[in-house]
Amino acid sequence: MQFMLLFSRQGKLRLQKWYVPLSDKERKKISRDLVQTILARKPKMCSFLEWRDLKIVYKRYASLYFCCAVEDQDNELITLEIIHRYVELLDKYFGSVCELDIIFNFEKAYFILDEFLLGGEAQETSKKNVLKAIEQADLLQEVYEMV
Amino acid sequence: MSDVVEKTLSALPSLLSLDSQAGAGKLSPSSKLGNLIKGITELTSKHEEEKLIKKELESIKEQVASPNTTMRQMKEIMVRAIYCEMLGYQASFSYIHAIKLAQQGSVLEKRVGYLAVSLFLNETDEFLLLLVNTVLKDLQSTNLIEVCMALTVVSQMFPKDMIPAILPVVEEKLTHPKEIIRRKAVLALYKFYLIAPNQVQHIHSKFRKALCDKDPGVMTASLHIYLQLIKENPESYKDLTGSMVTILRQVVGGKLPLDFNYHSVPAPWLQIQLLRILAYLGKEDQGTSEMMYDVLEESLRRAEMNHNITYAILFECVKTIYTVHPKSQLLEKAAECIGNFVLSPKINLKYLGLKALTYVVQQDANLALPHQMTIIECLDHSDVIIKRETLELLFRITNAQNVTVIVEKMLEFLRLTCDDYSTIDLVGKVAELAEKYAPDNVWFIQTMNSVFSLGGDVMQPDIPNNFLRLLAEGVDNVEDRQLRLFAVDSYVSLLQGVTAKLPQRFLQVISWVLGEYSYLREEESDPGSVMRLLARLLDQRHTSTETRSWVLGAMTKLCSSPVSVALARDVCERYSGSLNTVLRQKAQELMILSQDTKLRARVLPAEGRLESLEVDSSLSFLDGYVSEALAAGAAPYKSPHQRQEDLVQEKALSLEPYGLSLPVSLSSCSITDRLTDRRSPTLLSMSSGLSGNSTELSHQEGSTTLKLEGVKRVWGKDGYLAQQQSAGETPTPLVELPNPLLSPQSPPSQTQKPSSGLEPDQEKRQLASSLFVGLGSHNSVCLMGRAETAPRHFRRKPRGESSSGASEGSSNSSHSSRSAAVDNLLLSNLLDSTTVASEGGAATTTTPQQTSQRTLDHTTSNGNPHVEGTEQRVEAGGPLSLIRGNGMVAVVPPTHTQTDPQTQQDLHPAPALERPRDLPLASHLPAELSGLARSEFTPLCSDQDSSLALSACRVYKEDALVLLVFISNNNDSALHQMVLQLTCKELEISCISGSPLKEVKGHSVSVCLHTVVMKRASVQVELAGLLSYQRPLGQPQAAQFSLSLSLKHFLRPLTVSTGDYGKMWLSFSHDLKQNLRLVTTEHQEPLTATLDALKGKLHLHVVDIIGSEGIVACRLLQGPGQGQPCLLHCRVNADSLAVWLRSPVPELPDSLLYHCQKALTET
Repeated sequence: MQFMLLFSRQGKLRLQKWYVPLSDKERKKISRDLVQTILARKPKMCSFLEWRDLKIVYKRYASLYFCCAVEDQDNELITLEIIHRYVELLDKYFGSVCELDIIFNFEKAYFILDEFLLGGEAQETSKKNVLKAIEQADLLQEVYEMV
Repeated sequence: MSDVVEKTLSALPSLLSLDSQAGAGKLSPSSKLGNLIKGITELTSKHEEEKLIKKELESIKEQVASPNTTMRQMKEIMVRAIYCEMLGYQASFSYIHAIKLAQQGSVLEKRVGYLAVSLFLNETDEFLLLLVNTVLKDLQSTNLIEVCMALTVVSQMFPKDMIPAILPVVEEKLTHPKEIIRRKAVLALYKFYLIAPNQVQHIHSKFRKALCDKDPGVMTASLHIYLQLIKENPESYKDLTGSMVTILRQVVGGKLPLDFNYHSVPAPWLQIQLLRILAYLGKEDQGTSEMMYDVLEESLRRAEMNHNITYAILFECVKTIYTVHPKSQLLEKAAECIGNFVLSPKINLKYLGLKALTYVVQQDANLALPHQMTIIECLDHSDVIIKRETLELLFRITNAQNVTVIVEKMLEFLRLTCDDYSTIDLVGKVAELAEKYAPDNVWFIQTMNSVFSLGGDVMQPDIPNNFLRLLAEGVDNVEDRQLRLFAVDSYVSLLQGVTAKLPQRFLQVISWVLGEYSYLREEESDPGSVMRLLARLLDQRHTSTETRSWVLGAMTKLCSSPVSVALARDVCERYSGSLNTVLRQKAQELMILSQDTKLRARVLPAEGRLESLEVDSSLSFLDGYVSEALAAGAAPYKSPHQRQEDLVQEKALSLEPYGLSLPVSLSSCSITDRLTDRRSPTLLSMSSGLSGNSTELSHQEGSTTLKLEGVKRVWGKDGYLAQQQSAGETPTPLVELPNPLLSPQSPPSQTQKPSSGLEPDQEKRQLASSLFVGLGSHNSVCLMGRAETAPRHFRRKPRGESSSGASEGSSNSSHSSRSAAVDNLLLSNLLDSTTVASEGGAATTTTPQQTSQRTLDHTTSNGNPHVEGTEQRVEAGGPLSLIRGNGMVAVVPPTHTQTDPQTQQDLHPAPALERPRDLPLASHLPAELSGLARSEFTPLCSDQDSSLALSACRVYKEDALVLLVFISNNNDSALHQMVLQLTCKELEISCISGSPLKEVKGHSVSVCLHTVVMKRASVQVELAGLLSYQRPLGQPQAAQFSLSLSLKHFLRPLTVSTGDYGKMWLSFSHDLKQNLRLVTTEHQEPLTATLDALKGKLHLHVVDIIGSEGIVACRLLQGPGQGQPCLLHCRVNADSLAVWLRSPVPELPDSLLYHCQKALTET
């Protein structure tokens, strides 16, 4: 995977994770163009896009769009399921997740993403294991901050 | 005391917010971040947001700079900085603090610090160097969470150069008791492998251990590495096939813990990863493929649930089945599966179905037939992505019968799209199809007009280039004239309309064509009309400067009639004062040429401009100048890589003695040779500059550009043109186009069926019948890249009898052509056949044992049976090939030898008459060498009274070049204390004559044998020789000489199979491409003739010739049993030969190319 973007229906970026080295300027241009392209698409349209030389897989959950860029030989459908698994993880962690959870706790969303995908590859696909890792760290935080 | 209170108070808010978040964090709107976010959502304009963020950033800046800010506060600040960055505002001042936070904070502050670092920075950032120590410390921490964080950041970004610093620690983690650490360590190593593969070379065995890890998570992680490794080098990992198959079988059989299930499908990610690995392993390998058939079938069978995840697995499985060695039963199932995708109502699946079809129709175009109606529906789909993919599919099944419909559909799409990427891609495809399958001239020109209008200025530049070349290169027959005339007419009418919307590139094409071919319509219309149209175009505001210069160029060619001259003068007046120098120059040219008719006729002859244009790529007209410059002391030319290397050498101390200085006259000739021929003719522009070669481009661009090489015109207006092919040409592999009426699946028969559908359905059926007509099995062999199976409507004629070839042929007598043919025959026998050698050997067994002690007169009087035999045959004018069968090379008349030994020797196929003076030397050839191919004898030097003469001869042994120096003592007195030294720093020279010779008796000949190999490939090297000797009662004397040896003397054929060639090709890194001229002979196909010429002259091995492509291999001698290979891939491209050389040695392609060029120019 090359990068992952989360943005709202209004086109506001909520999360961005880049797995390929790109300059700040390129990142901004890509996310701007892509957000525009995807928001212009109708709900019943295909979730895959050939955009420039990239393959984009996106899916909308409520008011949030999740969008991944993958290499040409990658499997589009499994990428779609990566998005879905991530949403499931967020849901489980926040308990019925909504956009506001991600806005206010975006660093948590990043932590979960880092446990799930590492360096652009699925690291741990077992839901239980990902959450266990996050919870351990959280638990530590509580203990630590109470002391 | 107050200090403690203050700290407690400052910590309170975060403690409070923590309470509200308990466990899985809930909203924390009370925090500073919360306030910021709320603040932003309440804003209405972008401007207000900017103001607010600016304020926020300033406050953050202040806080991070303050020494009183605690790490805990810093963590909170950092989160806000991340937020600002996400909104698109630069917070670069905080980067260093993020690193500090990761360095100094406690576990959880660290976590935010690392997160901020990974979001702010990227791999190339120098800031990352500051993180290395922190990472190292955390990796060695006893706290699991710290180790995890360090590993996470390392697998996201790490400075390449610092990998060795932490590699041992990461490696250690592979044996960590906790699986989460092992897993992350494996992924970190994967990352290292991606950015610096060499650094992890030594731990491949540890990867194997990770593959066998008892934890499935660790094993899955290791597959990322294996996928990469196997992709790059499947051969080395074939032994893993069994393991991979077993793992997949276990996964599919549900042997993994339930944790790994995803929507009750066992570990789908793992399954897909394994399927991809199997595809790489089984590709083109029947044995390996057979091992996996069972498990692939099982995967297909098990994935039956109607859920996205099972489709993902199915799709991957289908891909694998079509990649590995085919098994018909599996292919059937896979095709069925693709059918399900295509027919699915779910749009994502339909898209993938089309995509899979695009992939498989290349193997079997008939697979598209059952889905005709779906494809038609998808053509009109509301989603552009689906349409685009459908067109891609249609592009792959295009043939001469459905081309018009498909191109129309593509143009339709192009008219609607506004995305540059698809425009560039599709325009290229339309142009390719148009050129390949155009049914007639009118259609072709019209289609190309659309291409130019729609492709505008974003299309690949070689589309107009190829189009113009195609127009220009046609032979002057009726059909070509018609094509040109039609183009001219169509452009005239375009120019009469509104030109404002035409892209500049199109206008340039129009100008060129009008300039070249307007004369074709001249008779019927007013001579000035085209000129006026061009003048109008010139003055229009939207016409770019570049286009204007094209227009002026066209006008220069057109200003023949008085009307035009007047117009031209008018134009010149306006543009000769232009600020643009190019325009000014063009205007001046126009001015002068329009006034001087004679000059114009000479510079721009009316007809056949391109045919008559011979580019002297060898720049031989500069030879005189170069020798003069060299004589005046100029430095000889060095190729760029040589210069580079000299630069490197200059930096080191030179420990070698200075070489012998040679008189300029001796070396100048070879240096001139080196200078000439060097650079590509592709850089020289022909005529208007647009019709240059573009092979290199087409190689690079892959399928998006046109492939013009070597496709013959097979279909014409009158049908199949096979009968019209000249008998001499061997046909390229042609595609059998099945007769649509005979094929059982023939669409036309469908239209005849009574259709129960409604009107639109009828239309679709008709469309289907026109789209899928003529689909059949395409079988072809292709050496590299995509198969060029289709017959091409427009064919580039090789520049044959009509042009230069004919004039050469007529000026030389029939004698020359005969000898040329003989030359070919002979040279091809030269080195590569062992029978020749043994035949030669057999012939020489009759020869009495020869020694170098034989006296001169003895030999001449008695002669040598072997040599006499040859002589007789020559005189009898008998079968010349027999001579060559003895391994002798034609020898040049003496005068030539002296003037230019290098260029003449192998190249002049003059009658093989040996010089009388040479004959005796032949008898001094050692017996073991006499059967081998050798060069003629080159006189090296002699003293004033010819009492001592030195000559050289090269014998081409299979594994070495043997250099023989003949020392002929023509005096009565013997020579003593002889020492022969040969020096050349580019060569490795070793003496093989048993004992170093000390003396040569009066009137006798002595031979010194040396084997010579090149240390480094170079075009030509100069060998300096020094013979010191003493006559009885005389002073010690010395004779100096020099001898140039060229690369071709060190080349030997490399006998490889086509398969091996392919493998080698991929592994060689140094490559070079260039166009060479084709040799045309009467009896052979140009490609064969050219390759034969190269084979003969340069001792190459022609591996295979398929259609218009040929692959050739050779090796450069480098010591016994060694050799540096160089591969050539040749492809006939119009009237030139596009050659692509590859070798593991950087200098070899360059040097070899030089010799190829030279060999062909001199043929």
